[in-house]
Amino acid sequence: MSSADAPDAYHNGLICIQLVRDDPSLGGLICRGRPGPVRDALLARLPKSTRRIHPAMDETALFGGMDVTATLTKGRLVATQGIANSGAPLLLTMADRMTRGTALRILTATEGKTPIFAVDESDLEDDTFPSVFAERLAFRIDLTDLSMRDITHVPKLPTPTGQIEVADAIVLLAQISANLGIDSLRAPDFALRAARALARLRGARTLDEVDVTFAAELVFAHRATRLPTPQETDQPEPPDNQSHDGDESDDTDALGPLEDRIVEAVKAAIPAGLLMLSSKKLSKGAAGSGTGQAKRSNRRGRPIAPKAGRPSSEARLDVVATLRAAAPFQRLRRGPKLDGRVKIRPDDLRIKRFEERSDRLVVFAVDASGSAAMGRLAEAKGAVELLLADAYARRDHVSLLSFRGTEAEVLLPSTRSLVLTKRRLSALPGGGGTPLAAGLQSALLQAITARRRGMTPTICVLTDGRANVALDGAGNRPRAAQDAHDIAKLILSEGIDTVIIDTGQRPESQLRTLASVMNATYVSLPRAQASSISNAVTAGLNATS
Amino acid sequence: MKQPFPFSAIVGQDEMKLAMILTAIDHSIGGVLVFGDRGTGKSTAVRALANLLPPIRAVKGCPINSPAAEDVPDWAGLSNHTMGEQQTPVVDLPLGASEDRVTGALDIEKALTKGEKAFEPGLLARANRGYLYIDEVNLLEDHIVDLLLDVAQSGENLVEREGLSIRHPARFVLVGSGNPEEGELRPQLLDRFGLSLDVRTPTDIDTRIEVIRRRDAFENDNAAFLLRWQAEDAAVRDQILAARENIKTLASGESVLRDVAELCLALGSDGLRGELTLLKAARAYCAWSGNTTLKRDHVRAVAPMALRHRLRRDPLDDSGSTARVERVLVDVLG
Repeated sequence: MSSADAPDAYHNGLICIQLVRDDPSLGGLICRGRPGPVRDALLARLPKSTRRIHPAMDETALFGGMDVTATLTKGRLVATQGIANSGAPLLLTMADRMTRGTALRILTATEGKTPIFAVDESDLEDDTFPSVFAERLAFRIDLTDLSMRDITHVPKLPTPTGQIEVADAIVLLAQISANLGIDSLRAPDFALRAARALARLRGARTLDEVDVTFAAELVFAHRATRLPTPQETDQPEPPDNQSHDGDESDDTDALGPLEDRIVEAVKAAIPAGLLMLSSKKLSKGAAGSGTGQAKRSNRRGRPIAPKAGRPSSEARLDVVATLRAAAPFQRLRRGPKLDGRVKIRPDDLRIKRFEERSDRLVVFAVDASGSAAMGRLAEAKGAVELLLADAYARRDHVSLLSFRGTEAEVLLPSTRSLVLTKRRLSALPGGGGTPLAAGLQSALLQAITARRRGMTPTICVLTDGRANVALDGAGNRPRAAQDAHDIAKLILSEGIDTVIIDTGQRPESQLRTLASVMNATYVSLPRAQASSISNAVTAGLNATS
Repeated sequence: MKQPFPFSAIVGQDEMKLAMILTAIDHSIGGVLVFGDRGTGKSTAVRALANLLPPIRAVKGCPINSPAAEDVPDWAGLSNHTMGEQQTPVVDLPLGASEDRVTGALDIEKALTKGEKAFEPGLLARANRGYLYIDEVNLLEDHIVDLLLDVAQSGENLVEREGLSIRHPARFVLVGSGNPEEGELRPQLLDRFGLSLDVRTPTDIDTRIEVIRRRDAFENDNAAFLLRWQAEDAAVRDQILAARENIKTLASGESVLRDVAELCLALGSDGLRGELTLLKAARAYCAWSGNTTLKRDHVRAVAPMALRHRLRRDPLDDSGSTARVERVLVDVLG
């Protein structure tokens, strides 16, 4: 199938729905796209029995439990069956808002039994979609930018071109998935199942080449992490109906042209920008580790407005709010007789909610080398002092380290004491080489330790960027730069927000490159006042947090 | 219930299979941590293991799988203490599980319907004498992790909540799996796992083909496939049972003890847990391979999996902990 007459995503979506209905062990379909007529049209084609799950559903609704209201009224135990266990296909609206844990539990509950249709409304940039879905559901289609005019309403299965043995299909799919840089073995497994299901849909008993091609396209395209490397077999363009050449002795060689065609089909179907994204996602993997920032909680933290809901193991009853909700209706409910009791209905129940905000730690790494000292050490100190005042106002923790000579020195481990930090800072001497790598490493270690304690670390580096001392203390410019680069990559892979302030007289291009390596905010401040540095950093910090 | 994929039919991943077998031989080795890419058969292996293990004798219907009638807790409310054989429990601990579900809590159903204060046992109770499997263990919430650590160490689950005060044995082998790219595990929890492994997806094309071939056969020719591997699974089971006998009479020679200590010292692993686990794992491995004397080779074979997660982390050493352990192995054991 060439890219010219390639069916649109909507068409593929229709086929995928049929496939997962046929073989639920395919997991399901991820449907990316904002609400709109196309998406609605596709979701309308889901099986009638499909049950809808939204991310805020509580555990009892999802996985079953006791129906409190019914139990109380009937005086005997009334259990509810959870939606996830009901055996019906599931539609997860706003699946991108679902927590990993819930996602995993739903997947475990349905695995191989019922298909899942997950709707992903997230932007690619702030990719919050639980990755477990992407792994365990076979298909993914993207309906963004598709309008009702463009879609094919009647799914058309590809016409068969030639029979293929299952054993050959297995070899092909394994090779192609490896070639596309897909590590997980679920992918070729899914593709094989999909191919079998496609054959069944056609009403055929044997696999056809088109089944394998189409299945590979549906399953592999969004999983590919690299473009396929060209095959070393330099055969000339084969004639049209070459599928049974018969003149080749080796089995796998005979599959060569077919493999090329499948790879072409998958390549055409790879969504633009996806490859880039997958590499980016890999490098910032740690960012989703769960600690940090504000999180809603039912247990601790600052109380926020209660909401209606049933108390459960996860949610505590807010008695006052419940009474308040019930109060206006008392006269009505009580009727004529006065028995002095408060009548509370299930709708009145309110549960407590809290917002937990993890403490932020700003790690200041100050370059106190000779080159920096000559220029702007005093200014940098002033800036840090201002930042400290800000940090104090926000109740952030700060830690301070400096690097000069051959190594970095932690002047102050994580603290909230402003006075102490100021004292250490003003006593900070200058001079010596610039061991930028050592400084970054030390800051990184501080940040990692802090994160382990549940804080959200941010690194703030003040330097002129002229790294000239390598990690082992040797004065060697190229190696120093290389080391700094390596650590920068580590910082990126840890997903720690970083702000780099160039304190040099002129913006240093090396430092700018370094900042881009670790995805840091870069602020260059030639001839700046301490106050403007502070403004820039505050802006930088706010942008990143 | 469909039969899980047979243990012996798992292609490759020999180290992972070995580690699981070793813990099956000696429970006190203390758990397996499997770190690796997605879709490498981590979950498959754990589920297969449950089917492979020899059944345990337990009181029928006992929530904590008690081995004898006198061990059945009062709160279980069992009147009939008949013994029965049952599969070794393998309990899943889902990521979003609440503390109640893990430790057990007040049985609200009974409280509401009968007005009784009764205990509803949690996952830890069910996992007693078996395996507790945590997928994505590195993403587990901190307070659950703390709780697990405590129970894993004491072998006893203590519930003090909602007016209940209950303790029951909870001895299980912790099996955790996860993807290191998505977050690390705290060193305290790392240390608690006896063995740790890094699994990779096989890059060798023939292996990959074989994996899918077997998977396909399992799906589409289920009966024949299970029959084909049943015998192999039975052989593994017998070997585990033999090894359990074997290990009782195994002597640990002075020189091997010295090797173990020197190895751990050279690697700078914290605490003595490393030495103990290494020794236990080596003994289990020796028994598994049918030998009667513990030798240096046995230590060498299991040292990477017993020690690689106990090293002090060096963020700049790209070579990875496996390479470091192997380097020291060559230095110390020659």
